[in-house]
Amino acid sequence: MADPILEVISLTKCFGAIAASDGLTFSVKRGTIHGLIGPNGAGKSTAIAQLSGELQSDTGRVRFDGQDVTRWPVDKRARSGLQRSYQITSLLPEFTAEDNVAMAIQSQQGHSFRFWDNARKDHSLRIPARKILERVGLSDFADSPVMDLAHGQQRQLELAMVLATAPSMLLLDEPMAGMGQSESLRMMELLRPLKGDVTMLLVEHDMDVVFALADMITVLVKGQVLITGAPDEIKNHPEVRRAYLGDY
Amino acid sequence: MFLNKIIGAEASLRTKIVSLVGLLILFTVPLLANLFDEPFLVDIASRILIYALVAVSLDLILGYGGMVSFGHGAFLGLGAYVVGILTHHSYEGTAVAFLPGEWQGTTQAFIQWPLAMIFSGLLALIIGALSLRTTGVYFIMITLAFAQMLYFFMISIPTYGGEDGLNIWERSEIPLLDLYDAKSFYFTCLILLLLCLWCCSRIVKSRFGMVLRGCRQNEVRMKALGYPVYRYKLIAFVLSGMIAGLAGALLANHTEFVGPGLMHWTGSGEIMIMVILGGMGSLIGPVLGSAALLMMEEVLAGWTEHWMIFLGPMLVLIVLFARKGLYGLLIGKGADNG
Repeated sequence: MADPILEVISLTKCFGAIAASDGLTFSVKRGTIHGLIGPNGAGKSTAIAQLSGELQSDTGRVRFDGQDVTRWPVDKRARSGLQRSYQITSLLPEFTAEDNVAMAIQSQQGHSFRFWDNARKDHSLRIPARKILERVGLSDFADSPVMDLAHGQQRQLELAMVLATAPSMLLLDEPMAGMGQSESLRMMELLRPLKGDVTMLLVEHDMDVVFALADMITVLVKGQVLITGAPDEIKNHPEVRRAYLGDY
Repeated sequence: MFLNKIIGAEASLRTKIVSLVGLLILFTVPLLANLFDEPFLVDIASRILIYALVAVSLDLILGYGGMVSFGHGAFLGLGAYVVGILTHHSYEGTAVAFLPGEWQGTTQAFIQWPLAMIFSGLLALIIGALSLRTTGVYFIMITLAFAQMLYFFMISIPTYGGEDGLNIWERSEIPLLDLYDAKSFYFTCLILLLLCLWCCSRIVKSRFGMVLRGCRQNEVRMKALGYPVYRYKLIAFVLSGMIAGLAGALLANHTEFVGPGLMHWTGSGEIMIMVILGGMGSLIGPVLGSAALLMMEEVLAGWTEHWMIFLGPMLVLIVLFARKGLYGLLIGKGADNG
Protein backbone atom coordinates (compact mmCIF):
# COMPACT_ATOMS: atom_id res chain seq x y z
CA MET A 1 0.00 0.00 0.00
CA ALA A 2 2.80 2.35 0.75
CA ASP A 3 4.45 2.64 -2.65
CA PRO A 4 3.39 5.58 -4.79
CA ILE A 5 1.66 4.71 -8.05
CA LEU A 6 2.03 8.23 -9.36
CA GLU A 7 4.94 10.56 -8.77
CA VAL A 8 4.89 14.11 -10.03
CA ILE A 9 8.27 15.82 -9.96
CA SER A 10 8.52 19.60 -10.46
CA LEU A 11 6.05 19.60 -13.33
CA THR A 12 5.74 22.95 -15.11
CA LYS A 13 3.56 24.29 -17.90
CA CYS A 14 3.61 27.89 -19.08
CA PHE A 15 1.13 29.60 -21.38
CA GLY A 16 3.06 32.64 -22.49
CA ALA A 17 4.23 34.40 -19.35
CA ILE A 18 1.70 32.67 -17.11
CA ALA A 19 2.80 29.52 -15.33
CA ALA A 20 -0.34 27.41 -15.11
CA SER A 21 1.64 24.70 -13.34
CA ASP A 22 4.71 25.89 -11.52
CA GLY A 23 6.94 23.11 -10.30
CA LEU A 24 4.25 20.72 -9.08
CA THR A 25 5.63 17.97 -6.86
CA PHE A 26 3.49 15.40 -5.10
CA SER A 27 2.89 11.69 -5.11
CA VAL A 28 -0.19 9.50 -4.87
CA LYS A 29 -0.14 6.27 -2.89
CA ARG A 30 -1.47 3.15 -4.52
CA GLY A 31 -5.07 2.33 -3.69
CA THR A 32 -5.94 5.68 -2.15
CA ILE A 33 -8.20 8.53 -3.09
CA HIS A 34 -6.14 11.65 -3.41
CA GLY A 35 -7.97 14.96 -3.56
CA LEU A 36 -6.69 17.84 -5.65
CA ILE A 37 -8.29 21.12 -4.64
CA GLY A 38 -7.69 24.80 -5.04
CA PRO A 39 -9.49 28.02 -5.88
CA ASN A 40 -10.51 28.84 -9.45
CA GLY A 41 -7.53 29.22 -11.72
CA ALA A 42 -5.23 27.28 -9.43
CA GLY A 43 -4.23 25.02 -12.31
CA LYS A 44 -6.12 21.86 -11.41
CA SER A 45 -7.37 21.12 -14.91
CA THR A 46 -3.97 21.93 -16.38
CA ALA A 47 -2.37 19.49 -13.97
CA ILE A 48 -4.85 16.76 -14.96
CA ALA A 49 -4.20 17.39 -18.65
CA GLN A 50 -0.45 17.13 -18.06
CA LEU A 51 -0.85 13.89 -16.15
CA SER A 52 -3.10 12.35 -18.80
CA GLY A 53 -0.71 13.43 -21.55
CA GLU A 54 -3.02 15.83 -23.37
CA LEU A 55 -0.72 18.72 -22.52
CA GLN A 56 3.00 18.36 -22.99
CA SER A 57 4.87 19.62 -19.95
CA ASP A 58 7.65 22.16 -20.34
CA THR A 59 9.80 20.63 -17.62
CA GLY A 60 9.46 18.06 -14.90
CA ARG A 61 8.70 14.36 -14.83
CA VAL A 62 5.73 12.08 -14.36
CA ARG A 63 6.30 8.53 -13.13
CA PHE A 64 3.39 6.13 -13.29
CA ASP A 65 3.49 2.57 -12.01
CA GLY A 66 7.27 2.48 -12.00
CA GLN A 67 7.71 3.91 -15.50
CA ASP A 68 8.65 7.35 -16.69
CA VAL A 69 5.64 8.36 -18.79
CA THR A 70 6.60 12.02 -19.24
CA ARG A 71 6.89 11.73 -23.04
CA TRP A 72 4.14 9.17 -23.60
CA PRO A 73 1.13 10.21 -25.71
CA VAL A 74 -2.39 10.06 -24.29
CA ASP A 75 -3.37 6.73 -25.78
CA LYS A 76 -0.26 4.95 -24.50
CA ARG A 77 -0.79 6.23 -20.97
CA ALA A 78 -4.43 5.17 -21.20
CA ARG A 79 -3.48 1.65 -22.26
CA SER A 80 -1.05 1.39 -19.37
CA GLY A 81 -3.96 1.95 -16.98
CA LEU A 82 -3.99 5.70 -16.41
CA GLN A 83 -7.49 6.84 -17.36
CA ARG A 84 -9.20 10.18 -17.06
CA SER A 85 -12.72 11.54 -17.05
CA TYR A 86 -13.66 14.99 -18.24
CA GLN A 87 -15.11 17.99 -16.48
CA ILE A 88 -17.22 18.68 -19.54
CA THR A 89 -18.95 15.49 -20.62
CA SER A 90 -17.02 13.81 -23.40
CA LEU A 91 -18.73 10.86 -25.03
CA LEU A 92 -19.37 9.41 -28.47
CA PRO A 93 -22.69 11.20 -29.02
CA GLU A 94 -24.07 9.24 -31.98
CA PHE A 95 -23.52 5.84 -30.43
CA THR A 96 -25.79 4.22 -27.87
CA ALA A 97 -24.82 4.01 -24.20
CA GLU A 98 -23.88 0.38 -24.68
CA ASP A 99 -21.77 1.21 -27.73
CA ASN A 100 -19.86 3.73 -25.67
CA VAL A 101 -19.01 1.24 -22.97
CA ALA A 102 -18.23 -1.44 -25.56
CA MET A 103 -15.72 0.91 -27.18
CA ALA A 104 -13.98 1.26 -23.83
CA ILE A 105 -13.83 -2.51 -23.43
CA GLN A 106 -12.63 -2.97 -26.99
CA SER A 107 -9.70 -0.66 -26.35
CA GLN A 108 -8.49 -3.08 -23.68
CA GLN A 109 -8.68 -6.15 -25.90
CA GLY A 110 -5.58 -5.49 -27.95
CA HIS A 111 -5.63 -3.89 -31.37
CA SER A 112 -8.81 -3.25 -33.32
CA PHE A 113 -7.54 -4.16 -36.78
CA ARG A 114 -10.42 -6.57 -37.22
CA PHE A 115 -12.30 -5.66 -40.34
CA TRP A 116 -14.95 -8.28 -40.84
CA ASP A 117 -17.09 -9.40 -37.90
CA ASN A 118 -19.88 -7.21 -36.62
CA ALA A 119 -18.64 -5.59 -33.41
CA ARG A 120 -22.19 -4.99 -32.18
CA LYS A 121 -22.80 -8.74 -32.15
CA ASP A 122 -19.56 -9.55 -30.35
CA HIS A 123 -20.44 -11.08 -26.98
CA SER A 124 -16.99 -10.50 -25.55
CA LEU A 125 -17.75 -6.77 -25.84
CA ARG A 126 -21.47 -6.64 -25.27
CA ILE A 127 -21.91 -8.84 -22.20
CA PRO A 128 -19.34 -7.00 -20.06
CA ALA A 129 -20.73 -3.71 -21.36
CA ARG A 130 -24.21 -4.64 -20.12
CA LYS A 131 -22.79 -5.61 -16.73
CA ILE A 132 -21.04 -2.30 -16.28
CA LEU A 133 -24.13 -0.36 -17.34
CA GLU A 134 -26.03 -2.29 -14.72
CA ARG A 135 -23.43 -1.41 -12.11
CA VAL A 136 -23.81 2.32 -12.73
CA GLY A 137 -27.60 1.99 -12.99
CA LEU A 138 -28.05 2.61 -16.70
CA SER A 139 -29.33 -0.79 -17.83
CA ASP A 140 -32.62 0.69 -18.98
CA PHE A 141 -30.82 3.10 -21.27
CA ALA A 142 -28.41 0.68 -22.91
CA ASP A 143 -29.91 1.21 -26.36
CA SER A 144 -30.56 4.93 -26.03
CA PRO A 145 -28.43 7.24 -28.13
CA VAL A 146 -26.15 9.20 -25.84
CA MET A 147 -27.70 12.45 -27.09
CA ASP A 148 -31.03 11.44 -25.51
CA LEU A 149 -29.59 10.89 -22.04
CA ALA A 150 -29.98 13.42 -19.24
CA HIS A 151 -26.87 15.20 -18.05
CA GLY A 152 -26.52 13.15 -14.88
CA GLN A 153 -26.90 9.94 -16.86
CA GLN A 154 -24.20 11.05 -19.25
CA ARG A 155 -21.87 11.61 -16.31
CA GLN A 156 -22.66 8.12 -15.07
CA LEU A 157 -22.02 6.73 -18.52
CA GLU A 158 -18.71 8.48 -18.60
CA LEU A 159 -17.74 6.80 -15.36
CA ALA A 160 -18.95 3.48 -16.79
CA MET A 161 -16.62 3.91 -19.76
CA VAL A 162 -13.68 4.69 -17.55
CA LEU A 163 -14.43 1.69 -15.32
CA ALA A 164 -14.78 -0.54 -18.36
CA THR A 165 -11.13 -0.05 -19.18
CA ALA A 166 -10.22 -1.59 -15.79
CA PRO A 167 -7.81 1.22 -14.96
CA SER A 168 -5.24 1.10 -12.21
CA MET A 169 -5.57 4.83 -11.71
CA LEU A 170 -8.29 7.36 -12.45
CA LEU A 171 -7.91 11.06 -13.00
CA LEU A 172 -11.35 12.39 -12.15
CA ASP A 173 -11.86 15.97 -13.25
CA GLU A 174 -14.88 17.18 -11.32
CA PRO A 175 -16.98 14.02 -11.72
CA MET A 176 -19.93 15.65 -9.93
CA ALA A 177 -19.92 18.86 -12.00
CA GLY A 178 -23.47 19.96 -12.80
CA MET A 179 -25.08 17.11 -10.89
CA GLY A 180 -28.03 17.31 -8.55
CA GLN A 181 -27.82 16.28 -4.91
CA SER A 182 -29.11 12.74 -5.41
CA GLU A 183 -26.96 12.17 -8.48
CA SER A 184 -23.90 13.34 -6.60
CA LEU A 185 -24.67 10.92 -3.81
CA ARG A 186 -25.06 8.12 -6.30
CA MET A 187 -21.72 8.98 -7.89
CA MET A 188 -20.08 8.94 -4.46
CA GLU A 189 -21.53 5.52 -3.83
CA LEU A 190 -20.09 4.35 -7.11
CA LEU A 191 -16.65 5.72 -6.37
CA ARG A 192 -16.28 4.66 -2.74
CA PRO A 193 -16.16 0.87 -3.25
CA LEU A 194 -13.44 1.26 -5.88
CA LYS A 195 -11.07 2.47 -3.23
CA GLY A 196 -8.27 -0.01 -2.72
CA ASP A 197 -8.53 -1.45 -6.24
CA VAL A 198 -8.29 1.77 -8.15
CA THR A 199 -6.20 4.75 -7.20
CA MET A 200 -8.01 8.02 -7.77
CA LEU A 201 -6.89 11.57 -8.16
CA LEU A 202 -10.03 13.56 -7.54
CA VAL A 203 -10.47 17.15 -8.60
CA GLU A 204 -13.68 18.48 -7.11
CA HIS A 205 -15.22 21.77 -6.20
CA ASP A 206 -17.53 20.36 -3.58
CA MET A 207 -15.38 20.34 -0.43
CA ASP A 208 -17.76 18.04 1.43
CA VAL A 209 -17.24 15.39 -1.20
CA VAL A 210 -13.48 15.71 -1.14
CA PHE A 211 -13.22 15.60 2.64
CA ALA A 212 -15.60 12.64 2.76
CA LEU A 213 -13.73 10.57 0.21
CA ALA A 214 -10.09 11.54 0.15
CA ASP A 215 -7.26 9.95 2.14
CA MET A 216 -4.83 12.67 1.24
CA ILE A 217 -5.33 16.13 -0.20
CA THR A 218 -3.06 18.38 -2.20
CA VAL A 219 -3.95 22.06 -2.31
CA LEU A 220 -2.97 24.04 -5.38
CA VAL A 221 -2.75 27.82 -5.43
CA LYS A 222 -1.62 29.77 -8.47
CA GLY A 223 -0.04 26.73 -10.09
CA GLN A 224 1.94 25.74 -7.03
CA VAL A 225 1.47 23.10 -4.37
CA LEU A 226 0.57 24.89 -1.18
CA ILE A 227 0.43 21.80 0.98
CA THR A 228 -0.19 18.06 0.86
CA GLY A 229 -1.68 16.37 3.87
CA ALA A 230 -4.48 14.40 5.50
CA PRO A 231 -7.98 15.94 5.35
CA ASP A 232 -7.97 17.04 9.00
CA GLU A 233 -4.66 18.76 8.59
CA ILE A 234 -5.88 20.58 5.47
CA LYS A 235 -9.17 21.59 7.02
CA ASN A 236 -7.48 23.43 9.85
CA HIS A 237 -4.56 24.84 7.94
CA PRO A 238 -4.60 28.63 8.17
CA GLU A 239 -3.07 29.22 4.74
CA VAL A 240 -5.62 27.00 3.03
CA ARG A 241 -8.39 28.98 4.68
CA ARG A 242 -6.81 32.19 3.56
CA ALA A 243 -6.42 30.91 -0.04
CA TYR A 244 -10.08 30.04 -0.19
CA LEU A 245 -11.26 33.22 1.41
CA GLY A 246 -9.36 35.12 -1.24
CA ASP A 247 -7.05 37.40 0.70
CA TYR A 248 -4.01 35.53 -0.46
CA MET B 1 -39.57 2.77 -26.60
CA PHE B 2 -42.33 0.96 -28.52
CA LEU B 3 -42.72 3.84 -30.94
CA ASN B 4 -38.99 3.85 -31.51
CA LYS B 5 -39.11 0.22 -32.44
CA ILE B 6 -41.91 0.78 -34.92
CA ILE B 7 -40.10 3.64 -36.60
CA GLY B 8 -36.92 1.59 -36.64
CA ALA B 9 -38.66 -1.43 -38.13
CA GLU B 10 -40.49 0.67 -40.70
CA ALA B 11 -37.31 2.42 -41.68
CA SER B 12 -35.44 -0.79 -42.09
CA LEU B 13 -38.27 -2.11 -44.27
CA ARG B 14 -38.02 1.08 -46.28
CA THR B 15 -34.28 0.58 -46.52
CA LYS B 16 -34.87 -2.90 -47.85
CA ILE B 17 -37.39 -1.71 -50.41
CA VAL B 18 -35.17 1.11 -51.58
CA SER B 19 -32.16 -1.21 -51.87
CA LEU B 20 -34.22 -3.79 -53.72
CA VAL B 21 -35.63 -1.27 -56.18
CA GLY B 22 -32.14 0.14 -56.64
CA LEU B 23 -30.67 -3.27 -57.39
CA LEU B 24 -33.52 -4.05 -59.78
CA ILE B 25 -32.86 -0.84 -61.70
CA LEU B 26 -29.11 -1.45 -61.76
CA PHE B 27 -29.48 -4.98 -63.12
CA THR B 28 -32.03 -4.03 -65.77
CA VAL B 29 -30.28 -0.94 -67.17
CA PRO B 30 -28.98 -2.76 -70.28
CA LEU B 31 -32.45 -4.22 -70.86
CA LEU B 32 -34.13 -0.84 -70.49
CA ALA B 33 -31.56 0.73 -72.82
CA ASN B 34 -32.44 -1.87 -75.44
CA LEU B 35 -36.12 -1.32 -74.85
CA PHE B 36 -35.92 2.41 -75.41
CA ASP B 37 -33.38 1.95 -78.15
CA GLU B 38 -30.90 4.23 -76.40
CA PRO B 39 -27.69 2.14 -76.21
CA PHE B 40 -25.61 5.05 -74.93
CA LEU B 41 -27.56 4.82 -71.66
CA VAL B 42 -25.44 1.79 -70.72
CA ASP B 43 -22.37 3.92 -71.24
CA ILE B 44 -23.64 6.66 -68.95
CA ALA B 45 -24.71 4.08 -66.40
CA SER B 46 -21.21 2.56 -66.39
CA ARG B 47 -19.77 5.98 -65.73
CA ILE B 48 -22.22 6.42 -62.86
CA LEU B 49 -21.12 3.10 -61.35
CA ILE B 50 -17.44 4.01 -61.62
CA TYR B 51 -17.96 7.36 -59.95
CA ALA B 52 -20.15 5.65 -57.36
CA LEU B 53 -17.18 3.45 -56.54
CA VAL B 54 -14.86 6.38 -55.96
CA ALA B 55 -17.58 8.26 -54.04
CA VAL B 56 -18.05 5.25 -51.75
CA SER B 57 -14.31 5.18 -51.15
CA LEU B 58 -14.37 8.86 -50.16
CA ASP B 59 -17.40 8.29 -47.96
CA LEU B 60 -15.53 5.60 -46.05
CA ILE B 61 -13.10 8.21 -44.72
CA LEU B 62 -15.31 11.31 -44.94
CA GLY B 63 -18.63 9.99 -43.71
CA TYR B 64 -17.34 7.38 -41.28
CA GLY B 65 -13.90 8.68 -40.36
CA GLY B 66 -14.52 12.43 -40.51
CA MET B 67 -11.50 12.96 -42.77
CA VAL B 68 -12.34 15.67 -45.29
CA SER B 69 -9.96 14.62 -48.04
CA PHE B 70 -10.03 17.16 -50.84
CA GLY B 71 -7.54 15.25 -52.94
CA HIS B 72 -9.34 12.09 -53.86
CA GLY B 73 -8.85 12.81 -57.53
CA ALA B 74 -5.19 11.94 -57.04
CA PHE B 75 -5.98 8.31 -56.23
CA LEU B 76 -8.56 8.05 -58.99
CA GLY B 77 -6.10 9.60 -61.43
CA LEU B 78 -3.15 7.46 -60.41
CA GLY B 79 -5.23 4.30 -60.80
CA ALA B 80 -6.20 5.43 -64.28
CA TYR B 81 -2.61 6.29 -65.16
CA VAL B 82 -1.38 2.84 -64.07
CA VAL B 83 -3.72 1.27 -66.62
CA GLY B 84 -2.90 3.92 -69.21
CA ILE B 85 0.86 3.56 -68.83
CA LEU B 86 0.88 -0.25 -68.82
CA THR B 87 -1.31 -0.34 -71.92
CA HIS B 88 0.80 2.34 -73.60
CA HIS B 89 4.01 0.31 -73.22
CA SER B 90 2.34 -2.93 -74.12
CA TYR B 91 1.02 -1.29 -77.30
CA GLU B 92 4.29 0.39 -78.25
CA GLY B 93 6.48 -2.51 -77.15
CA THR B 94 8.69 -0.26 -75.02
CA ALA B 95 9.88 -0.70 -71.46
CA VAL B 96 8.03 0.95 -68.61
CA ALA B 97 9.84 4.10 -67.54
CA PHE B 98 11.00 4.64 -63.92
CA LEU B 99 11.06 0.88 -63.36
CA PRO B 100 14.13 -1.35 -63.34
CA GLY B 101 14.20 -4.11 -65.94
CA GLU B 102 12.59 -4.27 -69.32
CA TRP B 103 8.97 -4.93 -68.49
CA GLN B 104 6.82 -3.88 -71.42
CA GLY B 105 3.57 -3.50 -69.55
CA THR B 106 0.48 -5.59 -70.00
CA THR B 107 -3.17 -5.33 -70.91
CA GLN B 108 -4.28 -8.09 -68.55
CA ALA B 109 -6.87 -6.71 -66.16
CA PHE B 110 -5.85 -9.13 -63.42
CA ILE B 111 -2.41 -7.53 -63.36
CA GLN B 112 -3.36 -3.96 -64.25
CA TRP B 113 -6.18 -3.45 -61.81
CA PRO B 114 -4.50 -4.84 -58.68
CA LEU B 115 -1.45 -2.76 -59.57
CA ALA B 116 -3.66 0.31 -59.85
CA MET B 117 -4.98 -0.43 -56.39
CA ILE B 118 -1.49 -1.01 -54.97
CA PHE B 119 -0.05 2.20 -56.40
CA SER B 120 -3.01 4.29 -55.29
CA GLY B 121 -2.78 2.63 -51.89
CA LEU B 122 0.91 3.49 -51.63
CA LEU B 123 0.20 7.06 -52.64
CA ALA B 124 -2.52 7.19 -49.98
CA LEU B 125 -0.04 5.83 -47.45
CA ILE B 126 2.41 8.65 -48.18
CA ILE B 127 -0.19 11.43 -48.41
CA GLY B 128 -2.09 10.10 -45.42
CA ALA B 129 0.99 9.63 -43.24
CA LEU B 130 1.82 13.30 -43.67
CA SER B 131 -1.61 14.93 -43.80
CA LEU B 132 -3.16 12.97 -40.93
CA ARG B 133 -0.80 14.76 -38.58
CA THR B 134 -3.08 17.75 -39.08
CA THR B 135 -6.83 18.12 -38.68
CA GLY B 136 -9.64 20.36 -39.85
CA VAL B 137 -8.96 22.99 -42.48
CA TYR B 138 -5.26 22.11 -42.57
CA PHE B 139 -6.06 18.54 -43.50
CA ILE B 140 -8.33 19.70 -46.33
CA MET B 141 -5.65 22.05 -47.63
CA ILE B 142 -2.81 19.54 -47.43
CA THR B 143 -4.69 16.77 -49.22
CA LEU B 144 -5.68 19.33 -51.84
CA ALA B 145 -2.08 20.45 -52.19
CA PHE B 146 -0.78 16.90 -52.63
CA ALA B 147 -3.33 16.19 -55.36
CA GLN B 148 -2.39 19.41 -57.15
CA MET B 149 1.28 18.46 -56.89
CA LEU B 150 0.55 15.18 -58.59
CA TYR B 151 -1.51 17.00 -61.21
CA PHE B 152 1.41 19.24 -62.12
CA PHE B 153 3.79 16.30 -61.93
CA MET B 154 1.80 14.39 -64.55
CA ILE B 155 1.64 17.50 -66.75
CA SER B 156 5.40 17.73 -66.64
CA ILE B 157 6.08 14.17 -67.86
CA PRO B 158 6.13 14.24 -71.66
CA THR B 159 6.68 10.46 -71.85
CA TYR B 160 3.10 9.99 -70.77
CA GLY B 161 1.49 12.71 -72.76
CA GLY B 162 2.04 15.60 -70.39
CA GLU B 163 -0.87 17.98 -70.57
CA ASP B 164 -2.47 16.07 -73.46
CA GLY B 165 -2.74 12.79 -71.57
CA LEU B 166 -2.57 9.32 -73.00
CA ASN B 167 -4.91 7.62 -75.40
CA ILE B 168 -5.62 4.03 -74.50
CA TRP B 169 -5.66 1.96 -77.65
CA GLU B 170 -6.65 -1.28 -76.00
CA ARG B 171 -9.05 -1.86 -73.15
CA SER B 172 -7.97 -4.25 -70.37
CA GLU B 173 -8.35 -7.93 -71.12
CA ILE B 174 -10.27 -10.35 -68.95
CA PRO B 175 -10.41 -13.99 -70.02
CA LEU B 176 -13.77 -14.94 -71.55
CA LEU B 177 -15.01 -11.36 -71.37
CA ASP B 178 -14.98 -8.59 -73.93
CA LEU B 179 -14.73 -5.24 -72.18
CA TYR B 180 -15.44 -3.51 -75.49
CA ASP B 181 -18.93 -4.84 -75.21
CA ALA B 182 -20.88 -2.15 -73.36
CA LYS B 183 -22.99 -4.65 -71.43
CA SER B 184 -20.04 -6.77 -70.29
CA PHE B 185 -18.25 -3.66 -69.19
CA TYR B 186 -21.32 -2.42 -67.36
CA PHE B 187 -21.75 -5.66 -65.45
CA THR B 188 -18.06 -5.78 -64.61
CA CYS B 189 -18.39 -2.33 -63.03
CA LEU B 190 -21.61 -3.32 -61.28
CA ILE B 191 -20.15 -6.46 -59.74
CA LEU B 192 -17.07 -4.60 -58.53
CA LEU B 193 -19.25 -1.87 -57.02
CA LEU B 194 -21.49 -4.37 -55.24
CA LEU B 195 -18.45 -6.25 -53.97
CA CYS B 196 -17.00 -3.02 -52.65
CA LEU B 197 -20.30 -2.04 -51.01
CA TRP B 198 -20.53 -5.42 -49.34
CA CYS B 199 -16.95 -5.23 -48.00
CA CYS B 200 -17.41 -1.66 -46.82
CA SER B 201 -20.67 -2.48 -45.07
CA ARG B 202 -18.83 -5.22 -43.17
CA ILE B 203 -15.91 -2.92 -42.40
CA VAL B 204 -17.96 -0.05 -40.98
CA LYS B 205 -19.70 -2.44 -38.58
CA SER B 206 -16.50 -4.22 -37.53
CA ARG B 207 -14.29 -3.32 -34.59
CA PHE B 208 -12.14 -1.31 -36.95
CA GLY B 209 -15.18 0.49 -38.30
CA MET B 210 -16.43 1.31 -34.82
CA VAL B 211 -13.07 2.87 -33.96
CA LEU B 212 -13.20 4.88 -37.17
CA ARG B 213 -16.71 6.15 -36.42
CA GLY B 214 -15.69 6.91 -32.87
CA CYS B 215 -12.86 9.07 -34.19
CA ARG B 216 -15.30 11.14 -36.22
CA GLN B 217 -17.53 11.72 -33.22
CA ASN B 218 -14.91 12.49 -30.60
CA GLU B 219 -11.27 11.92 -31.37
CA VAL B 220 -10.05 13.26 -28.04
CA ARG B 221 -12.17 10.73 -26.19
CA MET B 222 -10.95 7.89 -28.37
CA LYS B 223 -7.36 8.76 -27.54
CA ALA B 224 -8.21 8.94 -23.85
CA LEU B 225 -9.72 5.46 -24.14
CA GLY B 226 -6.35 4.25 -25.36
CA TYR B 227 -6.80 4.14 -29.12
CA PRO B 228 -3.81 5.21 -31.20
CA VAL B 229 -6.20 6.96 -33.61
CA TYR B 230 -3.56 7.95 -36.15
CA ARG B 231 -2.93 4.34 -37.16
CA TYR B 232 -6.60 3.57 -37.60
CA LYS B 233 -7.24 6.67 -39.65
CA LEU B 234 -4.20 5.98 -41.82
CA ILE B 235 -5.31 2.42 -42.59
CA ALA B 236 -8.77 3.69 -43.51
CA PHE B 237 -7.17 6.33 -45.72
CA VAL B 238 -5.12 3.68 -47.53
CA LEU B 239 -8.15 1.41 -48.00
CA SER B 240 -10.04 4.34 -49.43
CA GLY B 241 -7.17 5.18 -51.78
CA MET B 242 -7.07 1.60 -53.04
CA ILE B 243 -10.77 1.55 -53.89
CA ALA B 244 -10.38 4.89 -55.65
CA GLY B 245 -7.47 3.39 -57.59
CA LEU B 246 -9.68 0.55 -58.77
CA ALA B 247 -12.29 3.07 -59.87
CA GLY B 248 -9.52 4.87 -61.75
CA ALA B 249 -8.58 1.67 -63.57
CA LEU B 250 -12.20 1.24 -64.65
CA LEU B 251 -12.51 4.87 -65.65
CA ALA B 252 -9.42 4.64 -67.88
CA ASN B 253 -11.06 1.74 -69.67
CA HIS B 254 -14.34 3.56 -69.92
CA THR B 255 -13.04 6.77 -71.47
CA GLU B 256 -10.12 5.02 -73.22
CA PHE B 257 -8.07 8.02 -72.23
CA VAL B 258 -6.20 9.26 -69.17
CA GLY B 259 -5.24 12.87 -68.58
CA PRO B 260 -3.97 14.94 -65.68
CA GLY B 261 -7.42 16.55 -65.51
CA LEU B 262 -8.58 13.64 -63.36
CA MET B 263 -6.27 14.82 -60.61
CA HIS B 264 -7.28 18.46 -60.80
CA TRP B 265 -8.96 19.76 -57.67
CA THR B 266 -12.24 20.32 -59.51
CA GLY B 267 -12.39 16.56 -60.02
CA SER B 268 -11.83 15.96 -56.32
CA GLY B 269 -14.53 18.52 -55.61
CA GLU B 270 -16.98 16.69 -57.83
CA ILE B 271 -16.41 13.45 -55.91
CA MET B 272 -17.02 15.28 -52.67
CA ILE B 273 -20.22 16.82 -54.06
CA MET B 274 -21.46 13.33 -54.91
CA VAL B 275 -20.89 12.17 -51.35
CA ILE B 276 -22.59 15.19 -49.78
CA LEU B 277 -25.45 15.18 -52.28
CA GLY B 278 -26.12 11.49 -51.77
CA GLY B 279 -25.64 11.47 -48.01
CA MET B 280 -22.48 11.10 -45.96
CA GLY B 281 -22.07 8.16 -43.64
CA SER B 282 -24.32 5.84 -45.60
CA LEU B 283 -22.85 3.58 -48.22
CA ILE B 284 -25.85 3.78 -50.55
CA GLY B 285 -25.79 7.58 -50.43
CA PRO B 286 -22.68 8.10 -52.57
CA VAL B 287 -24.13 5.78 -55.23
CA LEU B 288 -27.26 7.94 -55.35
CA GLY B 289 -25.08 11.06 -55.37
CA SER B 290 -23.06 9.83 -58.30
CA ALA B 291 -26.20 8.95 -60.23
CA ALA B 292 -27.87 12.27 -59.43
CA LEU B 293 -24.89 14.44 -60.28
CA LEU B 294 -23.95 12.70 -63.51
CA MET B 295 -27.53 12.54 -64.74
CA MET B 296 -28.08 16.18 -63.88
CA GLU B 297 -24.90 16.98 -65.75
CA GLU B 298 -26.15 14.98 -68.72
CA VAL B 299 -29.60 16.55 -68.79
CA LEU B 300 -28.75 20.12 -67.81
CA ALA B 301 -25.72 20.23 -70.07
CA GLY B 302 -28.10 19.43 -72.93
CA TRP B 303 -30.03 22.63 -72.17
CA THR B 304 -27.22 25.00 -71.40
CA GLU B 305 -23.50 24.97 -71.01
CA HIS B 306 -23.90 26.94 -67.80
CA TRP B 307 -25.57 23.98 -66.09
CA MET B 308 -23.57 24.56 -62.94
CA ILE B 309 -25.81 27.55 -62.26
CA PHE B 310 -28.59 25.09 -61.48
CA LEU B 311 -26.37 22.67 -59.63
CA GLY B 312 -25.18 25.27 -57.14
CA PRO B 313 -28.55 26.23 -55.64
CA MET B 314 -29.61 22.60 -55.58
CA LEU B 315 -26.56 21.70 -53.53
CA VAL B 316 -27.22 24.54 -51.13
CA LEU B 317 -30.80 23.34 -50.67
CA ILE B 318 -29.69 19.76 -50.06
CA VAL B 319 -27.08 20.79 -47.51
CA LEU B 320 -29.56 23.08 -45.73
CA PHE B 321 -32.66 20.92 -45.71
CA ALA B 322 -31.59 17.32 -46.17
CA ARG B 323 -28.56 16.82 -44.02
CA LYS B 324 -28.45 13.13 -44.79
CA GLY B 325 -28.65 13.91 -48.51
CA LEU B 326 -30.76 12.05 -51.04
CA TYR B 327 -30.39 8.86 -49.05
CA GLY B 328 -31.88 10.57 -46.01
CA LEU B 329 -34.82 11.77 -48.12
CA LEU B 330 -35.50 8.25 -49.35
CA ILE B 331 -34.99 6.41 -46.10
CA GLY B 332 -36.36 8.91 -43.62
CA LYS B 333 -35.58 8.71 -39.92
CA GLY B 334 -33.68 5.44 -39.87
CA ALA B 335 -30.89 6.88 -41.99
CA ASP B 336 -28.66 7.47 -38.96
CA ASN B 337 -28.38 3.86 -38.04
CA GLY B 338 -25.85 3.09 -40.72
